[in-house]
Amino acid sequence: MNRHFLGDTAALLGRSLRHIGRSPDTIVTTAIMPIAFMLLFVYVFGGAIETGADSYVNYLLPGILLITIASGISYTAYRLFLDIQGGIFERFQSMPIARSAVLWAHVLTSLVANLVSLVVVVGVALLIGFRTGMNVLGWLAVAGILVLFTLALTWLAVIPGLTATSVDGASAFSYPLILLPFVSSAFVPTGSMPGPVRAFAEHQPVTAIVDAIRHLFTRQPVGADLWVALAWCAGILVVAYLLAAVAYRRRIS
Amino acid sequence: MTLTLRQPSMLTGMDIPSATQPTPEPAIHVRGLEKSYKDLRVLRGVDLDVARGSIVALLGSNGAGKTTMVRILATLLRADAGTARVNSLDVATRAADVRASISLTGQFAAVDEILTGRENLVLIARLRHLKDPGGIADDLLARFSLTEAGGRRVGTYSGGMRRRLDIAMSLIGNPPVVFLDEPTTGLDPQARLEVWQAVRELAAGGTTVLLTTQYLDEAEQLADRIAILHEGRIVVDGTLGELRRLLPPATVEYVEKQPTLEDVFLTLVGAGTEQGQR
Repeated sequence: MNRHFLGDTAALLGRSLRHIGRSPDTIVTTAIMPIAFMLLFVYVFGGAIETGADSYVNYLLPGILLITIASGISYTAYRLFLDIQGGIFERFQSMPIARSAVLWAHVLTSLVANLVSLVVVVGVALLIGFRTGMNVLGWLAVAGILVLFTLALTWLAVIPGLTATSVDGASAFSYPLILLPFVSSAFVPTGSMPGPVRAFAEHQPVTAIVDAIRHLFTRQPVGADLWVALAWCAGILVVAYLLAAVAYRRRIS
Repeated sequence: MTLTLRQPSMLTGMDIPSATQPTPEPAIHVRGLEKSYKDLRVLRGVDLDVARGSIVALLGSNGAGKTTMVRILATLLRADAGTARVNSLDVATRAADVRASISLTGQFAAVDEILTGRENLVLIARLRHLKDPGGIADDLLARFSLTEAGGRRVGTYSGGMRRRLDIAMSLIGNPPVVFLDEPTTGLDPQARLEVWQAVRELAAGGTTVLLTTQYLDEAEQLADRIAILHEGRIVVDGTLGELRRLLPPATVEYVEKQPTLEDVFLTLVGAGTEQGQR
């Protein structure tokens, strides 16, 4: 690791945070779709969904938070792609800087932007009746899971950001990620699904993560769900990071 | 190593390469450079020397390999064969050190459009780990007539202003070798003159400049030496005078001297710099 890594990352992080500060619409658009889903499901479909929970918004929120992250990380791919296309990526690469700082700055920017979006979504959820008896420790645990999930998906987003040949290609990869929560326990209990769909839903990462957060929200023992959720996040993070490193090396060689 | 120490301040950039060097190695030294993209042999054994403090124009038609060559010298691309040394450092084995002694201005102004001009300069100064990034930024804004525009987002700049900022960003840290890849492509005539002026000032300060261009007049105007890249090799390398002597001596003709369209255009619209009022 280069001795300038921290300073260079900080300088580049400041740059992309300015981008976000000057186009806060990226945070608004990130938050709008999950909020729309939340309103739609709570006020339109929710009445017909039998979850066994006392309030549907309490049941729904974990999945909505994951959708927020899935839609937010596509901006990382988008910004990285624009940097490469505009030539400033190359300018940075031809300078005596810690080269990985360019990617880390984008990843940390994604983390900050997504956390802001998540706060907005939780705020709306509180307005429409979301309640939890969670203590500070519980909130920290939820935040920890969401941070890990954001990092994992952001490194995933770095791959199309580095390899895409068009803006659309750079951000289209996130659609399946946004749809993944629909085939999970995020909106309806998996027990209501037909066999093969149910098998998929119960063994994909979103269900484990949603269940872990939901148990934290409702102050039930989290148990194995938490470890499965953390294992998924860490697994995706490691694989995505390695693939991104390969894509990066190809891009700069 | 023959690193020449340079003043950190841009305004005192009039340093001269150390005179103690008996025969200094050229700033850029290229031998037998080859590069192919799959079956396409872009560079087929390029030899080139660029003396310290000189401006050399690499001339060639589109697709001749000018950009490929610059990208190899700027450590962005690996050559298939041959050697290239920049500031006496091998680009393949000492890439990080090479990056500390060069700057690259690519074909398209690589500036951050969302940041202001000043913020762009401060960012680069910070990434070059210099003290007082703000002071360096203000010096350069003044030097490139961008002081008034410095607080505006680069997205609002004209093409010429953007290019000037781009070049100003390249000068931060006074790298001894500067690569300019088609610095005036797509610029209007005034902006071209502004860029030319900036390049001349750069060389006057002792910086070695390798510029690529497809404009013959640009090479004539700026370069101490001109190298023509054709079909993957340097086919000619010399001063403008030497190149002229390759052809039969000039015949004398009487031609009524008409003003060129460029003369007319510049007279009508004024050749002054924009000073950022666009």
